[in-house]
Amino acid sequence: MIADGRMGAAVLRSAARLAQGYLLSAVVGIALGILLARKRWAQVTLRPLVLGLQALPSICWLPLALLWFGLSEAAIVFVVVMGSLLAVAISTEDGVAAVDPLLLRASGVLGIRGARFYLGVLVPAALPGIVTGLKLGWSFAWRALMAGELLFVAGGLGQLLQQGRELLDVAQVVGVMIAIVALGTLVDQVAFRILETRIRRRWGLVEAA
Amino acid sequence: MWAVLTRLRHRLASRHLLVPWRGREGLAKLTVRSVGHTFGNEVVALRNVDIAVHSGEFVCLLGPSGCGKSTLLYALAGLVRPSGGRISLDGVEVTGPGPDRVLVFQEPALFPWLTVRQNIVFVLRAKGLSRAAARVRAQEFIGRVQLAGFEDTLPHQLSGGMRMRVSLARALAMDPAVLLMDEPFGALDAQTRANMHVLLQHIWMRYRKTVVFVTHDIREALVLGDRVVVLAGRPGRVLQDLEVRLPRPRDPDEPALVEMSRQIRGLLQHAERASESPAPAAPSKEVGDDETAPDSAGVPDRASSGMGARR
Repeated sequence: MIADGRMGAAVLRSAARLAQGYLLSAVVGIALGILLARKRWAQVTLRPLVLGLQALPSICWLPLALLWFGLSEAAIVFVVVMGSLLAVAISTEDGVAAVDPLLLRASGVLGIRGARFYLGVLVPAALPGIVTGLKLGWSFAWRALMAGELLFVAGGLGQLLQQGRELLDVAQVVGVMIAIVALGTLVDQVAFRILETRIRRRWGLVEAA
Repeated sequence: MWAVLTRLRHRLASRHLLVPWRGREGLAKLTVRSVGHTFGNEVVALRNVDIAVHSGEFVCLLGPSGCGKSTLLYALAGLVRPSGGRISLDGVEVTGPGPDRVLVFQEPALFPWLTVRQNIVFVLRAKGLSRAAARVRAQEFIGRVQLAGFEDTLPHQLSGGMRMRVSLARALAMDPAVLLMDEPFGALDAQTRANMHVLLQHIWMRYRKTVVFVTHDIREALVLGDRVVVLAGRPGRVLQDLEVRLPRPRDPDEPALVEMSRQIRGLLQHAERASESPAPAAPSKEVGDDETAPDSAGVPDRASSGMGARR
């Protein structure tokens, strides 16, 4: 399976979808989280919606996605986005709400406004919380993608897994499962762990060793 | 020139080194006119406060905790909107925070993810300076607060006093019309605080910024200020507006300064007793909070621009 390149192709295919969906949900999720934390109207109107929709398992978006986007790449990316967007938004909101009010006041006094305030002060100040959200969002996105690929046949690791079942090939099934675990762990434990530690150290949240 | 010198000599010769401020001609830089502030919970933080700060003056707002001095400073910064009266800078009413009135907080309030230099460059860039100009300017002020060599250090790797110096450098680099300071050295140990007083005096003698400095430490106010505005609490009002006529740099242990500090302490204690004694009869806000500025407390009375208390 690895030798004939099916595995490699499937991994690439899944990774490409994940990258698209995850990036989109990270950008929109962070923006949404900031909006929720900073604007009263957003808090009143969007917050109940966000909290409510979070109770919906992401795969439940698939039927709707298929109706809207048809049997296309967009449908599966949509499921990935919906799976991770809200988790990112909620953690970002928490992160922004936890920013030291003194820092915000100091920014006002020093005349920092507009984009410079949001990108230069608010996002970095909330970054420890945002990274937690991104990590959570990553694992949700990964799950959503696998579920989507299992149900919606269009290449990728999920399909390889499904194919294994149809061919009664336990080795293939277990092999793909191991690949999924390996990939998930690699990103979660290695990439995010390093990122988190570096941020916490730079921000002075832990004593630099 | 001679006239100025003779007058100066005369003043120094006379033993009245702490006298009521007589006011100055010309337009004040920062004007506080009959400002009052009542918090949502009906606590009167400030009542009828009048202060005029002229360009190049170092004014200390001195008072016990809870006398509304920080509220007043925050109102000057535009962070608090007073419920009555008017605050104006160069004749323009203050309505919100702005880079022309930089406030130095009790905490350094540095951006923790930026190095010392980046902290200063960042705010200068927000002010519209080019990257190169901001770097040069940051370097100048880092040197001015004696932090050369720490440009690339992160705030959490510095000591409390050093962080405060960065905060001071950042505020000075902004070149505000008025520098507002809210007990900036309150959280430092005595030794570091004394060093900061020396540093701040030297910096001030060089740049002659208009400064409004809030403190509850009488000695600190006398070491730093041209004027000491003594405030009393409940409700916050100006007791006395005093001019400190001591040459700089000042030594906190100078006998004259120690004597002045004794006078002011007497004044504050007297005010406190006066506001406490009618307490059982006067929880109503109209009674019992005037007649508190005494003539007998050892400081020549005649607070020209102060003396709120009456509505």
